[in-house]
Amino acid sequence: MTTAISVKNIGKQYKIGAAETKFRYNMLRDVIMDTVYAPVRIAKAMIGKSDRRSNQNYVWALKDVSFDLEEGKVLGIVGRNGAGKSTLLKILSRVTDPTVGTVSVRGRVGSLLEVGTGFHPELTGRENIYMNGAILGMRRSEIESKFDEIVDFSEVTQYIDTPVKRYSSGMYLRLAFAVAAHLEPEILVVDEVLAVGDAEFQKKCLGKMGDVAQQGRTVLFVSHNMSAILRLTQEAIVLNKGQMLMRGPTQEAVDFYLSSGQAQAGERVWGVEDVSAASQPFRPISLKIKNRGGKVVDTVRSIEPVTVEFEYQLDAPVTGLRIGFYLSTMRGEYVLASFDTDEPNLFEKFDSRKAGRYISRAEIPADIFNEGRYSIGVNASSFGVRRYFMDENAIAFNVDISGAPGTHWPEPRVGPVRPRLNWKIEKIGD
Amino acid sequence: MTELTKHEPTTIYIKPSKGLAALNLRDLWVYRELVFFMVWRDVKVKYKQTLLGMAWAVIQPVMTMLIFTFLFGKVAKLPTDGVPYPVFSFTGLLPWGLFVTALNQGSRSLVAHNNMVTKIYFPRLILPISAVLSGLVDFAIAFVILIILMFYYQVSPAWNLFWTLPLFLLLALVTAMGVALWLSAINVQYRDVNQALPFLTQFWLFATPVAYSSSVISQKWQILYSLNPMAGVVNGFRWSLLGTGSGPDISLWVSVGISIFIFISGLFYFRSMEKTFADTI
Repeated sequence: MTTAISVKNIGKQYKIGAAETKFRYNMLRDVIMDTVYAPVRIAKAMIGKSDRRSNQNYVWALKDVSFDLEEGKVLGIVGRNGAGKSTLLKILSRVTDPTVGTVSVRGRVGSLLEVGTGFHPELTGRENIYMNGAILGMRRSEIESKFDEIVDFSEVTQYIDTPVKRYSSGMYLRLAFAVAAHLEPEILVVDEVLAVGDAEFQKKCLGKMGDVAQQGRTVLFVSHNMSAILRLTQEAIVLNKGQMLMRGPTQEAVDFYLSSGQAQAGERVWGVEDVSAASQPFRPISLKIKNRGGKVVDTVRSIEPVTVEFEYQLDAPVTGLRIGFYLSTMRGEYVLASFDTDEPNLFEKFDSRKAGRYISRAEIPADIFNEGRYSIGVNASSFGVRRYFMDENAIAFNVDISGAPGTHWPEPRVGPVRPRLNWKIEKIGD
Repeated sequence: MTELTKHEPTTIYIKPSKGLAALNLRDLWVYRELVFFMVWRDVKVKYKQTLLGMAWAVIQPVMTMLIFTFLFGKVAKLPTDGVPYPVFSFTGLLPWGLFVTALNQGSRSLVAHNNMVTKIYFPRLILPISAVLSGLVDFAIAFVILIILMFYYQVSPAWNLFWTLPLFLLLALVTAMGVALWLSAINVQYRDVNQALPFLTQFWLFATPVAYSSSVISQKWQILYSLNPMAGVVNGFRWSLLGTGSGPDISLWVSVGISIFIFISGLFYFRSMEKTFADTI
């Protein structure tokens, strides 16, 4: 089998901090100020006083990533935010150059890093199809031959000659995706474009992506949606902080990724290096899963309530803080989200929290969970203002359903929820 | 469900680019249709939802010409080498309009399309190129007006018009392109360009013989004056259309040389900065 993509020791370095001014748009006055202060800086450096501005920090967004991808295979790329996934895709799409390393790519690359690039609000849907198609690299003749297909897929047929600025956001997305979905390069690189849109739209996108994959194209797919990754890809690589941690069959890679944040036995403790300085004055300490008896466990029984306990420190008073968690299945589907100030009286009472050590504790009622393993992510934020801390996969726990209703039949039930419902049976006639 | 195209795919190597980047004209040729689309889009969008539509392409040079005629033709009575002032100034306004589009649209072209630059691969040269070329549409419309003006004032065109005019048009494009390349690349990193542009445009207008004839410049300043490439372009336009002025002479060749230098150096500067665009824009 021929290799479609060969990535060898790719690295991408960015300068951050003071030197970042070089990489942001500059005003001439900044350059002048820099020059004027240069002697001061040099003098300071000479007497050993470190100048905060002169600390040049480099960060490797990608470091030493290598892999080969055969033609016709579909590879998933998973990782936390900031792991380097988008940077990798940008390099593969030739949007940016690697700092070190080489990539060889065999065939035309079509990139979906964003839908609707090049759409102009004043142009009609028809005109934008041509425009967007041309930007993505389609020939005019190609766009013409696929025009009807694209319009059908987008379901905006009757609005096709109206300026796009009149479209609803859903129509806009559908049209944008429709154009991108009809790209037919040998290699397709997709970056979380499925993260936008409603459920209907997402289903459609996934379907189309599945078709593309089945046509024998080589596909690289980045997503946070584990079920999409599981459905579409055969293999996946896990990136973290710019490095490739593993590559393997998708289920293994997804399991590895989801459980990589976990500590053992029902408790997660955060060390200093796990928390960024930007979360101050909030400091997470630990997250515990406790059973009915108050014991820290990693397996709970579905017929007993579960307690989720989040311990944290506030180094200064904070207003408007809310602490909560997200619960999801191991396949990445969300089950619920709940915050400590959801309850109105708590919301009023704890609108402002003084400095100190706190515990936010919630009890999840019994008879809710189905059998399986669940992942909890925590979040500390001030709604609409600032996010102090977030850990998407802080801890996982297992649920054991022995003794739950219906377990006298040895069959698995669907869904993450398995409540005890109040069934009544009545005879209403002969 | 279409099949994979059957042609043999080419392999591309992506590596850190060092030093002087090649011009990569092949890629530009592959993406030639995109240039057409972008020009088409710019022209369409410019006049959408306007009442007067394309008429604006005419109104601007005509209004400028009228103001100039009043101020410089009637009040200041600047010499015009024997041609009625309206025709004289309008001939200058034609290539000048092209140049101003290149200055304004061209220098902003990269920054204005920053979402494309950061998400999609295409030869970035396309952006300033299409910005300058979209000025040609306005140029063509204004050219028609010039012909009407020449008829009205009964000014007969120079005999060698048909081959000299395209040459000077080419020179105008080369000059405009060169400036657009430099400014658009610099603007990505130093947004001062945006601030300086209105002032630069005004200053350049007065340094170019649009409203006046370059014969008013005294002999000793002529060479310095001809360092402005637009001086050569405007003079050349006038000469090829109306037959006024001294025709190709040393000052013209100086201007041509400068234009070509700005263009070539602009190409190379642009290409060498290109790899940083997505990161710094």
